[in-house]
Amino acid sequence: MYERQILICAGTGCISSGSLQVHEALRKELQKHQMEDKVRIILSGCHGFCEKGPIFIVYPEDIFYCEVQAEDIPELVEEYLVKGNVVERLLYKDPVTEDAVTSHQEIPFYSKQKRLALRNCGVIDPENIDEYIIRGGYQGLERALRMESLDIINMIKSSGLRGRGGAGFPTGMKWEFAYRNESDKKYVVCNADEGDPGAFMDRSVLEGDPHAVLEGIIIAGLAIGSDEAYLYVRAEYPLAIRRLRTAIAQAQEYGLIGENILGSGFGFKINIKEGAGAFVCGEETALLASIEGERGMPRPRPPFPAVKGLWGEPTCINNVETLANVSLIMRKGTDWYSAIGTEGSKGTKIFALTGKVNNTGLCEVPMGITLREIIFDIGGGIRDGKKFKAVQIGGPSGGCLPESHLDQPVDYDSLTSAGAMMGSGGMVVMDEDTCMVDLARYFLSFTQSESCGKCTPCREGTKRMLEILERITKGQGVAEDIPRLQKLALAVKDGSLCGLGQTAPNPVLTTLRYFQDEYEAHIFDRRCPAGQCQELLTYYIDPELCTGCRACTRVCPTGAITGEKKEPHVIDEEKCINCGSCAERCKFDAIKVK
Amino acid sequence: MQAETVKIDGNSSFDFDRVENLLQEFLGKKGMIVPILQKIQEEFGYLPRPALEYTAKMLRIPASKIYGVATFYAQFHLQPRGKNIIRVCRGTACHVRGVSKVAEKAQEILKVGVGETTEDLKFTYEEVACIGACGLAPVMMINDQTFGKLAPDKVKTILEKF
Repeated sequence: MYERQILICAGTGCISSGSLQVHEALRKELQKHQMEDKVRIILSGCHGFCEKGPIFIVYPEDIFYCEVQAEDIPELVEEYLVKGNVVERLLYKDPVTEDAVTSHQEIPFYSKQKRLALRNCGVIDPENIDEYIIRGGYQGLERALRMESLDIINMIKSSGLRGRGGAGFPTGMKWEFAYRNESDKKYVVCNADEGDPGAFMDRSVLEGDPHAVLEGIIIAGLAIGSDEAYLYVRAEYPLAIRRLRTAIAQAQEYGLIGENILGSGFGFKINIKEGAGAFVCGEETALLASIEGERGMPRPRPPFPAVKGLWGEPTCINNVETLANVSLIMRKGTDWYSAIGTEGSKGTKIFALTGKVNNTGLCEVPMGITLREIIFDIGGGIRDGKKFKAVQIGGPSGGCLPESHLDQPVDYDSLTSAGAMMGSGGMVVMDEDTCMVDLARYFLSFTQSESCGKCTPCREGTKRMLEILERITKGQGVAEDIPRLQKLALAVKDGSLCGLGQTAPNPVLTTLRYFQDEYEAHIFDRRCPAGQCQELLTYYIDPELCTGCRACTRVCPTGAITGEKKEPHVIDEEKCINCGSCAERCKFDAIKVK
Repeated sequence: MQAETVKIDGNSSFDFDRVENLLQEFLGKKGMIVPILQKIQEEFGYLPRPALEYTAKMLRIPASKIYGVATFYAQFHLQPRGKNIIRVCRGTACHVRGVSKVAEKAQEILKVGVGETTEDLKFTYEEVACIGACGLAPVMMINDQTFGKLAPDKVKTILEKF
């Protein structure tokens, strides 16, 4: 019997911070103290708090250690596991009060969350099916196997679950379309081509709780009358792919995938397809083309995939997070689920909270929570005491919302009416140092290079918009640029074939709507208020701070900095090319921009 | 079709057996172009032209079709690549936390541009949309190893490990 369990996070974030080395060191140290049979080590999935990784939790006491390194292990074992003294320096410290917190439930990052789709992430060993089953796993499937297809569909319909991949289409309705189209062969496709820069929730669910997704896929197959599924995963997620393969093999062994599942007569097969790096493949018709081995280009709808999908057969496509919710709804029931969230958006949503907040990571919150609660309570506010400027929601398809929208509830409909969208759930927080024009340019350069080139509005329109934005950030903007951008944006939105083009102008439109003054400052005053656009900056040396150490003169490529040793230096504006090398080199922060 | 019957001009030195072997598991199945290309790239490190032409003949489809697929996806490379692949993340979180300076530094040290390989074939420098380790931004990957919380002055030490 083990006295204690230790969970070490083995998500991608913590692994890159060294959690596997921590695991190895702990194993050796326990051996040294002959405690191997008293302490059980579990390599778990993602805890969401990647920034503080590697994360190390001791049960049953629930002591949350963070940023633990292999060097810390001898002390942790000796002091805590042997003597029982909490190692204070490795506890989480509140960024504002600097008080140490012992239990992870007391950390604000976790206390406001409601983890449904992430219910097992960081709690179980994702490579062990028994742990998933002990936590109620595959009970939803067992229940579904005793139900008629239409009853399953009605259950999902009345739960109010909407697609978590972006557009928020009701999942039950999608299933019903695929169910009503009769065919000998139907497919379920799980879209795990998480391409939005700034979003990694699907990756964490797949890595931390692969069976939750598999169970959802099998239930979907049962509901629409399909016997085969494809899981389309980005090749950039090698760990997720590996864990999925392990999970599928285990489920097969347990008779949960394969012929005659649990003696019901229902047979089902799940294949994994690795994506090859094309953002547009997150669009459903492009994804199907990619599975078929073609160039991943979208095609016009209708016919919808529910009618003519993979290899011309009716196909139901759902996102990872959606399917992880399905297995839970089937187990816990519709009433339980629909009690969470708002009128039009039920349940929870996972957000990847990143950017200039104190706590970055994954958080799952009930629909209807305000942006302020997410950013300031869970996220712990803005870093380095700076001021909040905007939050970008929904990745390259979404929009930037300013401070006036902070008290807005987060759900599908209110985000859309504000010009942003739920998207896949990327949430990037920006402070006063982020230039909104540069941000719009950044997103557009992304969608522009990912545009597949099939339809003209997207291929040419995004290119022209990008040219205008580049001009503005280089200080060559003209007055007509703003109306021109607006006109082009609407044309691209209306005229594009698929979701990529239809939403690509959103970052531009929202920054124009809420931050037009910044565009005007770039165009009319040739000034970047956030101090980001290199060409619009003027570097100068603060004589109060300069010590005359001469470090800057040595890195200046144009010899623009002059001055006597130990006397304040000056920058010749004529010679300066705004490369910023001097500011990077200066140890005294004496080089400023205006 | 037997391997001997396939003739590709001017490439007598190319080892077609290697392609032949890895094609076996895919023949007769549908939708296999992407997985085949992934296998070829795993084997050779890139997609050599003779391998693609050979595949086209074996699958009885035009080589142009394979070329179309190969050039569509960012993952595929038609040129040989370096021993170590650097992927700098250009995702949103990395962008707002200043990955541009990190990228500049890496390119400056290696003296390469995006998508290029160093002369000694030691490094290939690439930029990708998002690695999905946003909590650790700015991030880069070298082969399968992820390096987070980067700053321009950390780049050199990291590169020296390879």
